[in-house]
Amino acid sequence: MSKPQQKQAPPAPKKRVTLFVTCLADLFRPSVAFACLDLLEEAGCEVVVPAGQTCCGQPAYNSGDREAAIPLAQQVVSLLEPADYVVIPSGSCTGMIAHHYPSLLTGKWRERALEVSAKTYELTVFLQDIVGVPPRSNIAAAQTSVTYHDGCAGLRELGIQNQPRQLLKNLCGVEVDELKQSEVCCGFGGTFCAKMPEISAKMVDEKIENALATGATVLTGGDLGCLMNIAGRARRQGKDLEVRHIAELLANQRDIPAIGEGH
Amino acid sequence: MEISSDTFLDNASAALRDTDKAKRRDFIAVTTTERREAAIDKFEGFDALRSHIKRIRQHSLNNLAHYLEKFEQEAVQNGNHVHFAHDGAQMNDLVLDICQRHGAKRVIKGKSMITEETGLNGFLERGNLDVVETDLGEYIIQLAGETPSHIVGPALHKSADEIGELFLENHELGDREFHETENLVDEARGVLREHFLKADVGIIGSNALIAENGYSMLVTNEGNGDLCANLPDVLVICTSIDRVLPRAEDATAMLRLLVRSATGQPQTCYTSFYSGPRRDTDIDGPVETHFVLLDNRRSDILTSDYREMLECIRCGACLNHCPIYASVGGHAYGSVYQGPMGSVLTPLLTSLEESSALPNACTTCGRCAEVCPADIPLPDLLRNLRQEENDTKLTSSRWRTGLKLHSWFARHPRLYQWIAGIVIPTMHFIAGPRGRLSRLPMASGWTSKRDFPAPESRTFMQQYNARLRKNHEQ
Repeated sequence: MSKPQQKQAPPAPKKRVTLFVTCLADLFRPSVAFACLDLLEEAGCEVVVPAGQTCCGQPAYNSGDREAAIPLAQQVVSLLEPADYVVIPSGSCTGMIAHHYPSLLTGKWRERALEVSAKTYELTVFLQDIVGVPPRSNIAAAQTSVTYHDGCAGLRELGIQNQPRQLLKNLCGVEVDELKQSEVCCGFGGTFCAKMPEISAKMVDEKIENALATGATVLTGGDLGCLMNIAGRARRQGKDLEVRHIAELLANQRDIPAIGEGH
Repeated sequence: MEISSDTFLDNASAALRDTDKAKRRDFIAVTTTERREAAIDKFEGFDALRSHIKRIRQHSLNNLAHYLEKFEQEAVQNGNHVHFAHDGAQMNDLVLDICQRHGAKRVIKGKSMITEETGLNGFLERGNLDVVETDLGEYIIQLAGETPSHIVGPALHKSADEIGELFLENHELGDREFHETENLVDEARGVLREHFLKADVGIIGSNALIAENGYSMLVTNEGNGDLCANLPDVLVICTSIDRVLPRAEDATAMLRLLVRSATGQPQTCYTSFYSGPRRDTDIDGPVETHFVLLDNRRSDILTSDYREMLECIRCGACLNHCPIYASVGGHAYGSVYQGPMGSVLTPLLTSLEESSALPNACTTCGRCAEVCPADIPLPDLLRNLRQEENDTKLTSSRWRTGLKLHSWFARHPRLYQWIAGIVIPTMHFIAGPRGRLSRLPMASGWTSKRDFPAPESRTFMQQYNARLRKNHEQ
């Protein structure tokens, strides 16, 4: 589902971007958030990280607790309202804010949510479609092969498909080795993976098998939920797959251990 | 409809342990979706037709009483009897009554999900009638004593070997071997022919009721529907009230989406329109024809937030594209309706209490809504059902409390960050150089099947604030 593109503001020296890091990056993978800072600054943006950010309310919303989700949505709308652009390193959280908030909230809050929705972008969409980051000069030939997992919300709610692939090519010289059944869910599904672990495990096993079949050493994607699910299962099963968020790859941060790997 | 969907998780678990069947399901999930995709790619204007059909279905449902009345009027004019059944039991009674009035002994049936919903076969058998399903898939599961595992391909879960064994057990045709699938089809055809010729009553379903002329439309690939409709003296068409469409051209327009979405064919082998009993000038056809139209809570659904579910055209595409359906198979759902459409419909036709797991059997991946030819927002409807479960406390108190607590903390950013600032470094410390945790209090659902990737030292907010302070000091 595409959303209306915001009209370009009059030429400004720098795009002012508000970074919503997501709770998963904040708690479990700060390097994703730092990679976003680097990428956005490299793209010539001025980045603000509002201090009051926690969770977008998606777990409560998808579990059928709107009562708990609504105040969180209102909190996030208030937090992001002053922004020129909001950038989020997750298709799923972007989908929640840009796509679901306007139907979750009512009245004045809905109008405010729609305004926030119109300026909220997933990281790769922002870099590729809004900033149009140019290819990096003198990229060393890619040393590793990479496969990409399309998160469901990014793929189907936001239409993200080409942007991450193009960025991997332009910024890292990487041509993605495509997964078979790439449009099929990895079995994360937020609370689903904890409510129905056996079914979820079957689904993620299939994803890991398809990833290994590409021969790629790195699996990347735009959603930490999926990536923690895939990495956590791969570690449990002793499968050799380096799992990283796309922001880490694009910002050339491969020196820190991959998700779920030791140091 | 006998429901065992409250045992969804146990059913799913058992299904996952059967690795041969799981492989078969994986294979089918790939082939059915590829076939549909190829058919849709070749067919220009899928999206435009989808919006067109959506408008027609909405219009029909908005004016359901009017179109049902119109249909009844036209159908009666054509010489049919039209009955309305409030619930499954009433439908079963009406059908049994028709059979008994004709002194019928043998009944043949075409594929009908509505009669699966009402459990008609068992009911007629208890009324001493001999009932034979004639759709090959339905025939196979009837022999096996099972319910359909898929609304379009009821016996998709059966391998050719299993079908061969069923035939050897049930057909007294001496020693023989089945070398090819065709051998099985030939044998079924031969056996079923005898049933067709001897039957007193034929029962079929309907893909659409056409209000403007009182006709019923049916698609099949085996032609069995036509034999059921034309060979016995009495024909009974069992369907539900939501099948009615204003015009014949609406029914044929819907067909173009239905068949491509269901099997990837441009058209089924047979598309039939049934008008009514044999006229004086006809050389064959039934002497008496009945429509039995089932409500079974559909009027309630019509006035509920789940109204869009009535726009479903029963193509099965959402089942084929659902990774959970592919993982656990149709029988896990414990209902004649499976997959995403079943997870919405079953609780509405029975109760949420009896099927509370079903709305949760969804990752909200959205693939079902993407392919649904009726453009039904299935993940949203499932989320709404979860909302009802939450509001009526059907969700476990552990989950409800956990989520409430999480939301409460998330609404208090400073407290949230302070606690995270203690918990996260502790998790990091406990994980040590392994970089992962095999167990985690209150997250056994996760750690039963996966390791939990350990957090990197401190939270982002801790690190970022430290960086800001440092910059400020400099």
